[in-house]
Parts: sequence; structure tokens; C-alpha cells
Amino acid sequence: MKSLTIAAAALALTAGLAQAQTVRMGTEGAYAPYNFIDDATGEVTGFEIELGNELCRRAGLDCTWVRNDWDSIIPNLVSGNYDTILAGMNINEERKQVVQFTQPYTPAMPSAYAALSADVDVEGGVVAAQTNTIQAGHVAETGATLLEFPNPDQTVAAVRNGEADAVFADKDFLVPIVEESGGELVWVEGGETVPLGEGIGMALRQSDNDLRETFDAQISGMKEDGSLNELIVKWFGDDALTFE
Amino acid sequence: MSCVQTIRDYGLRSLGYGERLLPRADYDLCQQFTLIGSGLIWNLYFAVLALGMGFVLANGLAVAKTSRSAMLRMPAEAFIFVFRGSPLFIQFFIAYEALVLLPRAGIEVMGLTLQTSWLTRAWAGALIVLTLNTAAYSAQIFHGALMSVPKGDVEAADAYGLTGWARFRRVIWPTMMRLAWPSYTNEAIFLFHATTLVYFSGFPAFQQKGDALYYASYFADRTFNPFVAYPIAAAYFIVATLALIWLFGRVNRRLNRHLPGADKRLRYRPQLVR
Amino acid sequence: MFSYCTDPSSLEGLVWLSCYLTSGTHLLFYASFGTVLLLLALTAPVALVLGYGGAMASRSRIVPLRLFGKVYTSMVRGVPDIIFFLFVPIALDQGFEWVRHQVLCDSDLPVWQGNDFVVCPAAKLPLNSAAPWVHDAYGIFLAVIAFSVVFGAFAANVLYGAMQAVPRAQLETAEAYGMTPRQVNRRVLVPQMWTYALPGLSNLWMILIKATPLLFLLGVEDVVYWARELGGSKTSAFAYPHPDWRLYYFLALLVFYLLMTWISGRVLDRVTRRLSRGQATMGGEAQRKGAVA
Repeated sequence: MKSLTIAAAALALTAGLAQAQTVRMGTEGAYAPYNFIDDATGEVTGFEIELGNELCRRAGLDCTWVRNDWDSIIPNLVSGNYDTILAGMNINEERKQVVQFTQPYTPAMPSAYAALSADVDVEGGVVAAQTNTIQAGHVAETGATLLEFPNPDQTVAAVRNGEADAVFADKDFLVPIVEESGGELVWVEGGETVPLGEGIGMALRQSDNDLRETFDAQISGMKEDGSLNELIVKWFGDDALTFE
Repeated sequence: MSCVQTIRDYGLRSLGYGERLLPRADYDLCQQFTLIGSGLIWNLYFAVLALGMGFVLANGLAVAKTSRSAMLRMPAEAFIFVFRGSPLFIQFFIAYEALVLLPRAGIEVMGLTLQTSWLTRAWAGALIVLTLNTAAYSAQIFHGALMSVPKGDVEAADAYGLTGWARFRRVIWPTMMRLAWPSYTNEAIFLFHATTLVYFSGFPAFQQKGDALYYASYFADRTFNPFVAYPIAAAYFIVATLALIWLFGRVNRRLNRHLPGADKRLRYRPQLVR
Repeated sequence: MFSYCTDPSSLEGLVWLSCYLTSGTHLLFYASFGTVLLLLALTAPVALVLGYGGAMASRSRIVPLRLFGKVYTSMVRGVPDIIFFLFVPIALDQGFEWVRHQVLCDSDLPVWQGNDFVVCPAAKLPLNSAAPWVHDAYGIFLAVIAFSVVFGAFAANVLYGAMQAVPRAQLETAEAYGMTPRQVNRRVLVPQMWTYALPGLSNLWMILIKATPLLFLLGVEDVVYWARELGGSKTSAFAYPHPDWRLYYFLALLVFYLLMTWISGRVLDRVTRRLSRGQATMGGEAQRKGAVA
């Protein structure tokens, strides 16, 4: 009898595994060049999409991408609407209480302040950041007035129209924006590079240990054979930080 | 941390007093009740001021809409059409996007510099949108009521030799109010509920100062449990709405005090106005 | 879309614009207007059915049923609709999956593990392996339910009022002919109430149209989502870089909604006139006199 239940349980488990082969990958689709929507196809693309697809190919998983607003991206993960998050999400302690992360797939990428002039007071002024990011948490702890926006594009717009004195975000996100602004946006003096977080990782439900181990192994593999560094250089340029 | 301490820290958090950082772990019921209640201050602020200013504006619009002069009638009709015909949600977005386009340095008017930056803040920008919005809906209600003022009332006023402003203020306006009041009560409830949209549309929350629903969704997102924070917000709104209905009922009784059976409760008219 | 659009960076002016406005993302934007119309088309009848049920329950002689009807019809008076929109879809989704978990899963594990809401793969709704459109459809389905619950309560208010407004004499006449209560309901009350309900229902339709932008808060990729997404400034990482154009996109939405409400208003006016023909109401009387003259 007992062995029968074990067999049934094992059967259920393998049946479960067979179905879990489809992994739903959550992303935001509004954070170029990490993840954004391709104009031509309307599908998501970017560094994390290419990385995620490569990880899934190596792990033999069938992956589909799901777009979700940043606001509710963690709640929808834990309630099971998708299984992973690859959305430029920095690993930090607060999030670790809720989800578990793989090892980082980027080096600890710095954040940066950008503003209309280089001498903005980022400790006492108004600083825009995206809601629920480590940057927003950082600004809330400084003396600055935090102005929160639900999507990253709005934080930059807020600086352009003077709503905020500066924007605080991942540097890689800001680099193309600052470079293409034709001198309108500049890095804030002393705020060009602010180390924050432990790098960007893939977030999973805390109960999903198997899937985390699978992805962790594949990320290690990609680090070892150098293909991860190639991807980073491809999307973030030759100056980007890579793994040793 | 005791609940009294929590109330001391977060009771006025929505206005920027007390603890600077919102709770980040170990959320308890007391925190949720306190912060969501604190946010309700903004809902009341928006509702009271928008209804007050909108009421005045709506009277003017309603009268302008009945005007025989096209110069007065057309703008009033266009205003009412645009604000009644489009979603408030979109109006918030557009207002915010348009207000941030104003020059930062201020506008020079005859040597005076008018500051503009405060307009993009929710307390001012969203209040303006809500005021214009409720003015349009109320104007439509008042216009309907104005059209149904009994002919006999006006003729009686004429017979007493009342004309112009005196006739409007002493006879037409009180009757118009009396007829419009049940529908206007509905509009007030709708507007009060619409204040929850402010921080979900274009207007950003400043230093995490938001309304009741802003904090409710803050907690729902962090505790991953919608079954606590949203019902708390709902309970607050039920209480506030009951208070509002009671208040408008009092006014209704006063407006109808000369009529037999005026002490009856305000009957809810199922013909919604919004 | 067009063959000359393969390299947008080499284009200028109107040609660039024609490519820009027909890019894949814009086609999705146009399609999202269909999503809004679909939601309207699905919600209106479901809400009407719920409203009819609510109104009937409020008139019921069975006390618990009447109580339920009263609570249902008055709940939208006290609580902002947006709270329902934020709450109902999550609650429903978890409720469905919980039930399926109890039925389909052979597991003793609790559904709530810490913060995680975990059901076995077979209980997932929709299944992980389902096509993306199934997931989209499920999202819209939840939205339709949320909207229908709220607008059903509004409709119940309207229909309840309309049933009370049908002249008592008409119902008594029917009873005098020996009709049973059911027959009175079906043959007199329901056909007669529509003319009284129509002003309220027209109004409700307008409110429903104006509530559709809230879909965006439910995670459905609707017109507001795409307007915000496409309007935001785009760097050269995108095929069509441009500055912040959100104001124009939202103005386009404004025009769309004004058109929707304007057309609806015209149509509903005609229906009102049609329905008040021969009714013992002011409208019907005015038409009768108009026909005589």
C-alpha cells in the first residue's frame, strides 16, 4: 500500500515535471536595453530576452515571455502567473525575503544620477525613481525628496520637464539616454557611479528550488565559456563591466 | 511597536508628518488601518474642495447653457461635452502631460512672474481636473433641473413683480436646487469615489504621500494579500460615503422644508447621472 | 508593413511617419481598441443579466435572498469601483486555482507557502503550456467578470427602480385577468419596465464606456497601456527614435472616447424615442400629441 502511494506520488511528480517544461518568463518590456518591445514585431527583445532564451535552450526548457507592469511584477510571480522574472531586477536583501534569486547574470552594475545640470543637489533636491526599485529605496533613505513613477521612461521625462531635479536609475539604462540627449541631460557631479545592489539576477518563487538550480547551473556554464560576457558586450558596449 | 506609537508615526504620514520611511517588513493590521486612514485625508481634501468649487462653476455653466446668446451657450455646451464625454482617467493623464509643458521658470505677465511648478503637483493639478469634471456633470444636472422649474413658479414671481437677479435668486434657483438635489447627491458620491484615481493616473506620488488607495495597494503589493488592505480601504469609504449621504440628506430636507412630507429620507433615484 | 520600411533610419518626413504608424507595435495599439470594444460587448449583457438577477432578488419574498440582493445593489454605492477592479480579479484567480488544486492535485502541500501561492501544475489556470492568447483571453475574462459584478450592481439599482415605477394599475389589471405572479412578471412587468429603465441604463452604458481605461490597472494591455508605451521617448535602441509624444497619444484616446460617447448618445436617443411610443409617460404623451398635430 505504502509503496503504491509512493509510486503514485512519483508518477504525479514526473507528470508535474513533464508539464513544467514550459516556463513562463516575466519581464517588463520597458527597460531598454535590458528588455523592450521590438517595434517591428511587437515582441519583447533585449539583453535579458536573448540571455533567457539561451539559458532555456541549454536547459532544454520551452520558454515563453510574459509582459507585466513593474508595479505588480513580484506579486504576480508569487501568485504564480509566471515562473521567473528577468527584468533588470537588482538582487537585494528586501527582495530576498520574498523571492529567491539565481546568481547574478551581470556584475554589480552601478546606478547613476542624471540631471539637466551637473551641480544638482541630489541629497536635498527632488529625485525621480521608479517605484519599488533599489534606487527608490536608496533615495528614500537620503535627504532627497523621492518622486515615484510606475515606469522608467516617466522618471526621465520628469527630469526633462523639470518636475524632478535628477533621475536615479541603473547606469546602463541611462547611458544611451544621456548620450543621445545632445547635452540636455548630463551626469550629476559625484553621482556618475553609485554602487548599489549585488548585480542583476533572475527572480523565482522561494518554493521553486529545482528551477532555480537549473538556471543557476546554466548561468555558471555561460559564465565559464564566455558567452555571457559576449552578450553583455553586444548589448551594453565595449566599456561595459564583464565577469572576470 | 504598540498601536498608539504606530498611529503617532503614521497618522499624518500622507501629509508628510511623522515617520519618513513607510513600513517595509512585518506589516500588521494597525499599520494598515493607520496608513490607509491617513491617506483618506487626501480623498476628503479632493472631494470637499472639488465639490465646493465645482458647485459654483456648475451654476454658472448651467445658466450659460440656457442662454439665448450663442457666445455664452456654445462654450458651455462644448465644455460639458468634453468633460462628460471622456473618461476622467484620460483627463488626468492629459492634464498632467499638458501641465508639465508649462515653462518651469514661470510665465511673465505684465512684469509679474507667475509660478507654474506647483500645478503639476497632485494637490493642485488633480484638484483642477476634478473640479472641472464635477462642474461639467453638475452643470448638466442643474441645467435639467432649471428646465423643469414649473412655469407656474416663474409666472407667480412675475406677478409679484420680481425680475432679473431677484427672481433668479429667490424663486428659480431654490427650486432648481430642490429638483437637482437627489441627482446631485449621486454626483457627489461618484466624485468622492473618483478621487481614488488621482494617484493611479498621471500624477506621481510625492515622497510617498498618497491617498487611501495608494497605501492600500502599497500593502497589497507587499503582503501579496489583497484580502486585507482593500477591504480596509473599502470600509473607510463606506463610512465616509454614509456620512456624505447623511449630510446631503440634511440639505435636502432643508431645501424641501416647505413641502409636505419633507421629513422623509432622501430617496435614492436609480437614474444615475454620471 | 510597407516594403520601403526595412530601414527606418534612412527615412524622413511623411514616409517615416507612414512606416512609424504601421509598425508592429502600432498594429498592436490599434488592435487594443478592439479589446476595449470586446470588453464592452461582453460586459454589457453579462452585467444586465446580473443586474436583472440582483433586482429580482431585491424584490424576492425569501428573506436571505432579498438581503443578498439589497447588499449587492447597495455595495457599489459605498465602495469606489476601482477597489473592486483591483480586488476581484486577484481574488477570483486565486479562488479558481484553489478549487482546482483541491480537485485535481494529489498533493498535501498547502497552497500558501510563505508568500508563495503554489498550486500544482495541473491546477494552473490557464496551464503553463497554454498558448499566449489563452492567457490573454483569461486576463480579459477576469476583467469582464470584475466589470460585470460592479456594473451588474448598478444595473440592479436601475432595474429595481424601473420595476417599482411600472404603474401598479397595469399589474393589477393583469392579475384581474387571472394571471399568476410569474405570468404577471413575464408578460407585463418585464416588457413594461424597459421604458422606465432606459434612461438609467443609457447612463450606465456611458459610465461603462468611460470606465474602460481602468482595464490597464488590471494588467490587460489596453489602449492606455499602448499609448503610454508608444508615446514614451525612444532612444536609438529602437527602430523609430522620437521624443516624448505621450500627450498626442492621449489626445487621440480622448478623441476616441468622445466619439464613442457621442455616437452612443445619438443611438440611445433614438431607442428611447422608439420605446416610449404608446407609453403612459411624458415622453409617450408628447409623441402622441406630435403625431396628432
